[in-house]
Amino acid sequence: MNASLPVSIAVSVLQVGAAILGGPLLYGLMAKVRARAEGRAGAPIRQPLLDLRKLLVKERIHAATSSAVLPLAPLILAATTAVAIAIAPLISTAPALRSGADVLVVVFLLLAGSVAVALAGLDAGTAFGGMGASRAMTIGALAEPALLVAVIALSLQARTSNLPGIVTATLAHPQWVATPERLLALLALLVVVIAETGRIPVDNPSTHLELTMIHEAMVLEYAGPELALVTLAGMMRLWLLLSLVANLFFPWGIAQTAGAAHLAAGLVALGAKTAAIAGVIAVLEVSMAKLRLFRVPEILSGAFVLAVLAVVTGLVMP
Amino acid sequence: MSAALFLGGLALGAGGSLAGAALPPRARLPVAAALTSGACIAAAAAAAGVLASGHTVAVRSAEILPLTGVTLSLDPLGAIFVITSAVVGAAASCYAVGYAARGTESRAAAALLPLFITSLLLVPAAASIATFMAAWELMALSSLLLLLTGHRRREARDAATWYAVMTHAGAAAILVALVLIGAHAGGESFAALRAHVGEIPPAERSIAFVLALAGFASKAGAVPLHVWLPRAHPEAPSPVSALMSGAMVNLGIYGIVRTGDGLLRGGELWWWLVVAGLGVASALFGGIHAAASTDLKRLLAYSTVDNIGLILIGVGVSGALAASGHRMLAGLAMIAALFQLINHSAFKGCLFLAAGSVQRAAGTRDLDSLGGLLRRLPATAALFGIGALSICALPPFSGFASEWLLVQSFLRAFSAHSTATSVAVLAGVAALALTGGLTAAAFVKAFGVGFLGQPRTPAAAAAGRVHPAMVGGTALLAVPCLALGVLPGLVMPLLARAAGTALASTAPGPPGPPAPLGSAAGLLGPLGSAAGLRIAGSNDVIEPALLTVALIAALVLAAWLVRVRAVGVRRAEPWGCGRELQTPRMQYTATSFAEPLQRVFADVLRPDRDLDVSHLAESRYFEEAITYHSRTDDAVERGVYRPLTVLVQRWGEVARRAQNGSMHRYLGYGFAALVVMLMLLA
Repeated sequence: MNASLPVSIAVSVLQVGAAILGGPLLYGLMAKVRARAEGRAGAPIRQPLLDLRKLLVKERIHAATSSAVLPLAPLILAATTAVAIAIAPLISTAPALRSGADVLVVVFLLLAGSVAVALAGLDAGTAFGGMGASRAMTIGALAEPALLVAVIALSLQARTSNLPGIVTATLAHPQWVATPERLLALLALLVVVIAETGRIPVDNPSTHLELTMIHEAMVLEYAGPELALVTLAGMMRLWLLLSLVANLFFPWGIAQTAGAAHLAAGLVALGAKTAAIAGVIAVLEVSMAKLRLFRVPEILSGAFVLAVLAVVTGLVMP
Repeated sequence: MSAALFLGGLALGAGGSLAGAALPPRARLPVAAALTSGACIAAAAAAAGVLASGHTVAVRSAEILPLTGVTLSLDPLGAIFVITSAVVGAAASCYAVGYAARGTESRAAAALLPLFITSLLLVPAAASIATFMAAWELMALSSLLLLLTGHRRREARDAATWYAVMTHAGAAAILVALVLIGAHAGGESFAALRAHVGEIPPAERSIAFVLALAGFASKAGAVPLHVWLPRAHPEAPSPVSALMSGAMVNLGIYGIVRTGDGLLRGGELWWWLVVAGLGVASALFGGIHAAASTDLKRLLAYSTVDNIGLILIGVGVSGALAASGHRMLAGLAMIAALFQLINHSAFKGCLFLAAGSVQRAAGTRDLDSLGGLLRRLPATAALFGIGALSICALPPFSGFASEWLLVQSFLRAFSAHSTATSVAVLAGVAALALTGGLTAAAFVKAFGVGFLGQPRTPAAAAAGRVHPAMVGGTALLAVPCLALGVLPGLVMPLLARAAGTALASTAPGPPGPPAPLGSAAGLLGPLGSAAGLRIAGSNDVIEPALLTVALIAALVLAAWLVRVRAVGVRRAEPWGCGRELQTPRMQYTATSFAEPLQRVFADVLRPDRDLDVSHLAESRYFEEAITYHSRTDDAVERGVYRPLTVLVQRWGEVARRAQNGSMHRYLGYGFAALVVMLMLLA
């Protein structure tokens, strides 16, 4: 746990590097599972990485009507996501800044990224950008409380709101994983993860019809390297959220020392866990249709109620 | 030393008021602003001295007010409020110089603004019933008259009526409460009141608290006593709006803490559960309305209701914990509430001043007619952005640190193992979580629709320059939004001392001699110094300074990644689904942005919507005109206050029938009364 500063920074860099590669691969994997389930061959799993590389070398194009916010937003989105990944206990419980890795810090860093993208959606002054921003903020305003209350339920059980602290406490008390409050919080978190990462049934990441878009509508004005950054950050968020779900509810495999072997084992364990969750989500995606926008608040308020129930259960059942 | 400094500050404020009244128009505002800023600096310095030393400064003068004299006493709790009022006051008086630069400001307004600011400095230092009520009324009347400087507009007159009724009903309730407490004490000084509170029967004490709570909560703008706030704050001149939202509502909280925790010594558990309940209602109601509002200043006003709700939850939880004997936890909740309060003053003051600049430059505060102001008013946009990021509690801005502290105090409040408290805390956690998301939606709307995109009207496109004094005043309040966010530990010792004073005389059970609170500062561990916040005895830490460094490093890396391989920037038409021509009218407006949330919360907002479609005479298939009309009234106003005013009016009509001006009838009344009296006495 008490790794020195250079080592912990190296762990953080490893976590961010893993997310930069792992996020797109996770995306590719989900696309592959969906394709197979639909009876298609599908693109190779590394396709998103190839797309990103292609986008990075393209010309930067800004909307004529946009301001400084448009190029700034992808940087903020990427930076907040990267910092959240760097400090969260993903591969190891000892990344840099781990003492300040509070659950609220991670939740609000993610919110900061969402706010930046929503503002970018409004920046060019087009109908679609505003539409996407409005929808994304509506869903975010309802997903945010469920996320916050779910992590508060976990903090209450672990008696700390420090993320590495929650993970270590779970490792020390394996029986917690099967408690009702954990399971309720897990359900709430899964709904939130689907909403926050824009998956079916909330949003369809592969839609090409503007009127049904949420996330895609906000980023319509992006091209080239900036589109690459927005897309990559979105994939890294998926990686982060799935990793957090995996490590909060099934932390085994995470490295508790800074040894190279442990870190490698932690990386493999994390990859396997996130791939498993991603596979399940992809299968679920194939098996259901996208919800109407105004039905989404219903499932999100359901998640909120589940999260509140998790807190109540934790208080009532000692 | 501190006493002289504070009195000097008050004298400077009075001097500023005189200068505003007496000097010729050209010199009036700068001199008044300089004197008022001096008053704020002196008062803040005196209050800082009190906070640093922990000693209370008391002044008594028998000459100033006839019969009762003036009793002032500045303790660490009051000092926090004096400093907050002083910072907002200095910013607002600086801003006012630019705001009135066109010479439209009347002599009365120039004289009243320093008076209002001085009263805001005076209320937290008042230490007797007479002094307190005098300062309170000075604050109410000066702000009411400032609101009436816009008397040519019907909305401002309406707002002033609402405000006058609410503030005076509130003042009456407070006066009755204080007199009830004072009836058992030998004197009218707060010290005497506190000493003899044990002699008051419990039922009477509860009545006193409920009355005081009603009065102070109406000033703070807690639901359902908030109806004046979303009318008065938007209609007041912008420096006054900032003072109302940034400083005046605080004093409502101050009153609740001073009366409940101080004079009444904590009292009973249910009092504080009521306070927390008011907080939950305010937070949710304010948050939902802010997310749906399309008027920039009305949005900010509802967001004030929301934040006051969060502070009230903190105060209520603190009181409930103190009443059940958990004094350390009570201290933590009080620190969190006070931290949220000072942060709210800074960012809401900043936002209101920036909104005033927008209104001045573009001539409207209706978001649906704004847009693209980032290019016209870059400094104002940046300052509004800082305030908005802070209110959305995004790290590393100040709102995040205080919301974190609130959540931490709530998490620990569960360990008090009191069912009633736990239910209140759970409601508080849920309210805090819900308003977090709604606030983000509200301020993305405010900034995105107001400052980004294309101008929606010619007025917005031609928005003029903003006077440098206005930018300066706004910037003064943006500084704490950043500083307290990155280095929140700086103010913790001061807040801990203030919270210690607030709770010093609370004691569980029947009031007795005050038990020591312990070191309230001890709640915040070694990191509480500068780098971050740590709750003592736990691993719960935030380190915003290090986080800021990491964020900046990541931003630089991301910027490098975008530029490393790219080949230049090209400007192109935005995507319009294949359409070549796009006009600003095609943009999403604030109304359309808020529509989904308005639909989700239709049960609370109860929007009034009308859609009139008229068809061409030749064919029903073609529309001639479509008019869409939507307005969202305050449901509390419609459901509670309208029936109440109708009732009062009916009663007035009945009374008028009895008083028709006929002398014979009045003589008859007199005779009847005499007969009844004689019969009763006989």
